[in-house]
Amino acid sequence: MHARVNGTEHPLPHDSRRTLLDWLREDLGLTGTKKGCDHGQCGACTVLVDGRRINSCLSLAQLHDGDAIETIEAIGSADALAPLQRAFVAHDGFQCGYCTPGQICSATALMSELAEGWASAVTEDIAAAPVVTRAELQERMSGNLCRCGAYSNIIAALEEVIAAEGPLRIDAEASA
Amino acid sequence: MRLPFSDMYNRPDERNLLDRTGQGLIGKPLDRPEGPLKVSGAATYSAEWNLPNCAEGVLVLASIPQGTVREIHADPVLAMPGVMAVIADKAMVRRSAQGTAGKAPAQDVTTVEYFGQPVAVVVAETFEQARDAALALRVDYDPAEKPVPLDPESPQAEVETPSDSKPIEGGDLDAAMREAAFAIDVSYDTPGHASAAMEPHVTIAEWQDDRLILRGSYQMLSHNVKEIADCLSIKPDKVRIIAPYVGGGFGSKLGITHEAVAAAVAAREIGRPVRVVMTRQQVFQTVMRRSETRQRVRLAADAGGRIVGLGHEALVSNLPQEDFAEPVTQATEFLYGGDNRLLKVEVARISRLTAGSVRAPGEAVGMQVLEAAMDELAEAIGMDPIELRKRNLPATVPVEGTPYSSRMLVEALEAGAKAFGWDRRQPTPCQTREGDWWIGHGVASAARVNMMVPAEARVTLNPDGSALVETDQTDIGTGSYAILGQIAGEMLGLPIERVKVELGDTRLPAGAGSGGSFGAISTGSAVMRACEAIRETLAKKLGCEAEELQLKDGVASGGGKQQPIAGLVQEKPLAETGSIKPGKTAKDFSQASYGAFFAEVAVHAFTGETRVRRMTGAFGFGRVLNAKTARSQCLGGMVWGIGSALTEELAFDLRDGHLVNHDLAEYHVPVHADVPAIEVILLEERDAAASPLQAKGVGELGICGAAGAIANAIHNACGVRVRSFPLTLDKLIDQLPDPFAPATAKVA
Ligand code: FES
Ligand code: FES
Repeated sequence: MHARVNGTEHPLPHDSRRTLLDWLREDLGLTGTKKGCDHGQCGACTVLVDGRRINSCLSLAQLHDGDAIETIEAIGSADALAPLQRAFVAHDGFQCGYCTPGQICSATALMSELAEGWASAVTEDIAAAPVVTRAELQERMSGNLCRCGAYSNIIAALEEVIAAEGPLRIDAEASA
Repeated sequence: MRLPFSDMYNRPDERNLLDRTGQGLIGKPLDRPEGPLKVSGAATYSAEWNLPNCAEGVLVLASIPQGTVREIHADPVLAMPGVMAVIADKAMVRRSAQGTAGKAPAQDVTTVEYFGQPVAVVVAETFEQARDAALALRVDYDPAEKPVPLDPESPQAEVETPSDSKPIEGGDLDAAMREAAFAIDVSYDTPGHASAAMEPHVTIAEWQDDRLILRGSYQMLSHNVKEIADCLSIKPDKVRIIAPYVGGGFGSKLGITHEAVAAAVAAREIGRPVRVVMTRQQVFQTVMRRSETRQRVRLAADAGGRIVGLGHEALVSNLPQEDFAEPVTQATEFLYGGDNRLLKVEVARISRLTAGSVRAPGEAVGMQVLEAAMDELAEAIGMDPIELRKRNLPATVPVEGTPYSSRMLVEALEAGAKAFGWDRRQPTPCQTREGDWWIGHGVASAARVNMMVPAEARVTLNPDGSALVETDQTDIGTGSYAILGQIAGEMLGLPIERVKVELGDTRLPAGAGSGGSFGAISTGSAVMRACEAIRETLAKKLGCEAEELQLKDGVASGGGKQQPIAGLVQEKPLAETGSIKPGKTAKDFSQASYGAFFAEVAVHAFTGETRVRRMTGAFGFGRVLNAKTARSQCLGGMVWGIGSALTEELAFDLRDGHLVNHDLAEYHVPVHADVPAIEVILLEERDAAASPLQAKGVGELGICGAAGAIANAIHNACGVRVRSFPLTLDKLIDQLPDPFAPATAKVA
């Protein structure tokens, strides 16, 4: 059994108890993905599996045979940051930095979900293309806790990147 | 190099040196230099060091509140795959060390003092093996014969006055209350809180002969070294701690906790490095809690709204013999006038995990209650709550007579009011309705004592014109990397790219550590002094007086001469260690950071659910060292205020003392959806009594009173005054006005 992690094929672990999170951190040394609770309560362990965000602590590694997994390390490195990562630095979208890779992975998936027209619990018209309001972003990021309380800065970073990257429409009035 | 002042900060440094240097780094909203590492997952946190041959330890917690361990059935567990040891060593700790303890907390885990106390550690090859074995370990207990109560309100609970907190008394409060034109006598309660830093507590212990290396998540390394050494009966100089990145602390990592000693003991026993990471549930159950409080506030005012009597009494709790008692009245001592006063804190001795510092101990819960009571007084008088506060700022600290070093409270109230649009607030409740929501606005003052603690830092100016700052100061998200580099760059006239900052290793000079909002001003002052010593040398080399020396963009000038700084250093680097200790300025002045909070809330007319719609905070904390990181500290504090006002509460089961909501699913910290756009205003101020930087602490200010503003806004929205935090919907719903009544409500 194998999974592709950040473009490289790796054999899955033998111990069926090993979570995807512990496999990434302990066996593959990809410690950018964090463990904050190990119970699906904080989002620090968010990674992308076939492009969708999941809490990697809630998933056993052996369930990922054939999957393509992306972690924060694939999104951008310290000397080649992705636009979202740069925006996090510029807007101080973190303090201690521990929730940050999870926030960034989550936000990355969020942008594709919006682009694909997924609705959320606060979407007014679920049949229409979602309009990016502050409330939409807050709702869709609420699985990622930040005890340092960098929330408003994270939303500011996200808004900036969404506005720059398009094609999503930011509703300035609704965001205000 | 001799500098014209001692280590002790005895006299305010009025030179305001940082206003005369020319590099232009101080106060600038520079990005955190470690930011790229953090956003790319490349910063190494404590659990992430890859040590060859490292074994995994998992703690086992007591399942009874009090008693002794009769037997640990280790054998069946030792037969499980990969399991190497089951350890319950006498050196292991029952409690966490308090901040700055510098010595071992209560040791010996054969006695159980509270439900959830660690009693053993299981060590195995892999985490999964250790976790399964820890779950399978059977422990037999003998219950305590004379248990202490589980409930601070129990009549059996012994109540003491803490040793370091004498009541403050003046005049005759009872008489003042009787005779006052307006008198408020109210009781509030606040629940226990958890720090809940996102990174769980962790230690990797490695012995190299008789030397111990710990990679761990701690806030105050130079104290932590002494604590762990004392636990293990070894010399502190045999211990090294490495902690370059700490995933938040908020008080919970001030002193060493159980996993550190367990890892060290286990590593010694099995002769391999051992990592012990606490589970989230263990962090909640065993590390540290903020005490719940019951507070009585009495306010007596004359017809003009001047406070003539002020009482603030609190009951908090802790384990027997524990020195720490939540200093609830700390800011009440100096904030408002009223010569007839009684301030006191008492502590009930109970069986719950150690109570200690959680972000802004004292003010976090004391200020939110005092500020809610002030709102009640303003309402009774019929006076604008901002006016009431402005009218009651004493000239010197009541009873003591100490002068204030600086106090920007009026400025904060005014700047905040203007930005927030306070003039549009309806003074009486239940005036604004938007659909199903009542809208209201509230204000509160912010105050937090300012502290300096001893700190050292080394600065090296290299022949290539770059500089290195070194100290064991931690950066727990506070911005130490950014700020210390800015201070050195400013003092040495170097662009920020030329300054490197190394932190979090006890081989470096002992910084202040992160806690009590004192890290930046204490360690920052040490950096500044090291730079001053270097400047003296540079001045001499250039041939000018130190006062004339100007350093900018790598060029030194003064006395009509000019030369590149690198040229002055020549081949040997210039290294100086700066040091500062609190001195007479700490006693001669009342030092605090101040501010004001403004909140707009919506309260659902049918369910009582409260949403914070916007918040403004204005703060004065001396010189701003980095406007970006300081703003984030304020923001973060206000987010804590939202949690404290609306959701956060530790719930203990009073039958067996177990913490019911011991994880992030049940202990509700604010999430993205709970936090609106928050506006932060930083006020310019210089406070020379506080530090040579003229800066004061800001790390905790943003929480100190924030929940009070929200409580006051709720009352303004729907007319309900709840005196029990958090202000959850169940406490509001039966007092809400009839949602169908046309009443006075205007639809906005
Ligand atoms: S570690 Fe997976 S959600 Fe917290
Ligand atoms: S940055 Fe510290 S928890 Fe989010």
